[in-house]
Amino acid sequence: MSQTQEHMPSSMTALTIRLDDELFAVEAGRVREILDLVPITEVPNAPDFVGGLINVRGRVVPLADLRVMFGMNRPEPDKDTRIVVMEVDMDGEPTIAGILADKVHDVTDIEAASIEEAPRVGMRWRPEFIRGIGKRNGGFIIIPNMERIFETPGARTAPVAASEERSAS
Amino acid sequence: MNLSDPTETFRQEARELLDQLEAGLLDLEQDPSNADLINSTFRALHTIKGSGAMFGFTAVAEFVHEFETAFDQVRKGQSAANGALIEVALDAKDHIHLLIETPETEIGGGDDILDRLRAVISGGAVPAAAPKPSIIEQAAKIEPVPAAAAATWRLEFYLPSDALIYGTNPLLLLEELAQIGPTKVTALTGRIPDLATLDPEVPHIGWRVDIEATDPTAAIDDVFLFLRDNMELTLTRLDTVEDLAALPAPAPMSVNAGPTVEPIAPAAPAPAPRAKAGPAAETADRAAASSLRVPAERLDELMDRVGELVIAQARLSQIAGLSSDTALKTIAEELERLSSGLRDTTMGIRMVPIGTLFSRFRRLIHDLSGELGKPIEFITSGEDTELDKTMIERLADPLVHLIRNSVDHGLESADKRLAAGKPAKGVVRLSAVYSGAEVAISVTDDGAGLNTARIRAKAEENGLIAPDAKLTEQELHHLIFAPGFSTAKEVTSLSGRGVGMDVVKRTIDGLRGTIDVASKPGEGSTMTLRLPLTLAIIDGMLVRVGNGRYTIPLAAVEECVELPEGIEAHAKGRNFLDIRGALVPYLRLREVFGTTADPEPHQKVVIVSSGEGRVGLVVDQIIGNNQTVIKQLSKLHSGIKSFSGATILGDGTVALILDTAHLVASGQSYVDRNITGRAA
Repeated sequence: MSQTQEHMPSSMTALTIRLDDELFAVEAGRVREILDLVPITEVPNAPDFVGGLINVRGRVVPLADLRVMFGMNRPEPDKDTRIVVMEVDMDGEPTIAGILADKVHDVTDIEAASIEEAPRVGMRWRPEFIRGIGKRNGGFIIIPNMERIFETPGARTAPVAASEERSAS
Repeated sequence: MNLSDPTETFRQEARELLDQLEAGLLDLEQDPSNADLINSTFRALHTIKGSGAMFGFTAVAEFVHEFETAFDQVRKGQSAANGALIEVALDAKDHIHLLIETPETEIGGGDDILDRLRAVISGGAVPAAAPKPSIIEQAAKIEPVPAAAAATWRLEFYLPSDALIYGTNPLLLLEELAQIGPTKVTALTGRIPDLATLDPEVPHIGWRVDIEATDPTAAIDDVFLFLRDNMELTLTRLDTVEDLAALPAPAPMSVNAGPTVEPIAPAAPAPAPRAKAGPAAETADRAAASSLRVPAERLDELMDRVGELVIAQARLSQIAGLSSDTALKTIAEELERLSSGLRDTTMGIRMVPIGTLFSRFRRLIHDLSGELGKPIEFITSGEDTELDKTMIERLADPLVHLIRNSVDHGLESADKRLAAGKPAKGVVRLSAVYSGAEVAISVTDDGAGLNTARIRAKAEENGLIAPDAKLTEQELHHLIFAPGFSTAKEVTSLSGRGVGMDVVKRTIDGLRGTIDVASKPGEGSTMTLRLPLTLAIIDGMLVRVGNGRYTIPLAAVEECVELPEGIEAHAKGRNFLDIRGALVPYLRLREVFGTTADPEPHQKVVIVSSGEGRVGLVVDQIIGNNQTVIKQLSKLHSGIKSFSGATILGDGTVALILDTAHLVASGQSYVDRNITGRAA
């Protein structure tokens, strides 16, 4: 996880999801299930990225909104909105998390040859959150680096603690 | 842990036996002549040896065998269980522990311990006062076997009647015996009954084996490890070949045949003529234990399942409540009763008396007392108090720190104590009591008490507080839990490195508990840990704040009151309620949570307490009580301190559980700030 230069992903079987107007690919093997939108419990003072909790078959699972990490628009949930329940590595520990998706497309194979490294410049997203960019049918699919996105909770919660302190006093 | 791994099973069993052994030794120190204690200690040793050999821990078996041999002198009353012996025996126990935990590494020091053990035993021997030894023992003592000389040993044995049923193969046993030295085997056929009454599954044939060896006792012991308890076995040393010939072949062994060295067989209800009564306790203690060893994970799994059942049941109750179908209502009520019973039973399974933990500290105190040269009396109470197993495991380290701290920092040296008019022997008390849905565990010493002046000086030096900061006594006391804080002037091996107390605090926080410190200069100090009874399911009070629903642990709730209308107007930002004359600070959860939804016109205040402190939590609505299955929050939310976990409500949604200890603490610091602010 401290590795700065991840290997380029080899061919992968991916679940493609749409966030705002971009297509993302997550590793299909780590997806546990796909749920329709369920009631989301807001966690006061939590960062927007993981602002909610959901009940997945009797388990309390944090709900992550990748759109926050990529600085995207966050359209209101509609009939296409789904929750992708998947396993993510949090600081090396496998954790179950829900990922909010504006739409879930399909499961597809992405050839290694069609995956390119994310360009360091000219991108509106933080490059470390992207493992690579795949091409399909003339469009791009972003392969997010989930380990990176779910890492460093300390940095994210620090301002939270401060705001909590303020409101508590 | 893999249940099918026999080595792990052995380790687990050995750990328990070692604990027993240690407890026995420590008890023996108090009561050196108690024969029951000596016997139980001996039995623990014996079992470790037996199962150690069975699972291939030969180093363990060999060491324990020597230990056992030495300790046998005590059991026979030939040596007294004095302090020095206990000391060495405890070291030996530690050595066994090492051998068991790390069998693959070479661990030295074993011989040294055994030498000391033998020295203590022989030094403490009381030949005159020894109970009249039997002929055999006398013979053995007078004519010890010359260590190097090989001799012929005559072994006669009859297998227990169920040996064949349990798969023992006598031929294999004979082969094993043959490996000890050159053997001559004769079958003893005298006990074979008539064909009519012969039971083919019972071994009727006995065996006489003459072995040439120096001292085959231990080796023979090993061969019959599994059978020893019920079999007849005699071992005698034959000096000459004439002796061999002179003996009538099928006759049972006679005691006079030669100097018998330590007959192996324990009490056998057989006609074998044995001058010495076997250790009867060994058989007596084999009462069937009706307990079951279950891996902790299975209990966790069971608890999870029960948790899910409780959630499902809550949903059913909710649906039944809305329906007018009486049959459905009846069954929902029935199920509610059953599931709450099941919940209590399951939690009961996980409850372990805290005495198991307390007994570990006796050794700690014993060692500390020796190391620091402070005589200490250790008093425990409330060993029956039951706590969740996980909780007990996680409490061990914090309590070690607290006890060390009491002994090292709290108790003064004997001289100082005498000068202060106290008895030379310091007292450390460890007690556990139920208080509501919490358990309070306290470590009390009658030492010098916390030195607030020194704590302050040290905290200022470390930059923990500003030099002119105004702190209450309680706040000063709590500084000892700050990371990097230590008042000990010198670093000892025990404490003073500044790690420890902050770890204690963190562990207790992690268990949703609190620590109180009370101290009186010159009289001693008390550290009290308050812990919830269980980590799994609690009774909760469901409240609504804005659109969110939250659960407050019911055990923490003291009372609910209406928030007086218009309190804002004259309070001028001072958030205090007058509860029957006492000022209680309150927190508006709407503000804490940044809720934007419209507030209810009549807000309620739930007064919660934790330890000594109280705080009022202002909520929009009190919904009711519910059974709350606590689910841990993931690491993603571990930074949010207001919540200790989450739970799933009857309608399937998630509700957060408020961390009352944290909220009370933030309310309390608010009071302190305001009071100090006004005083300044």
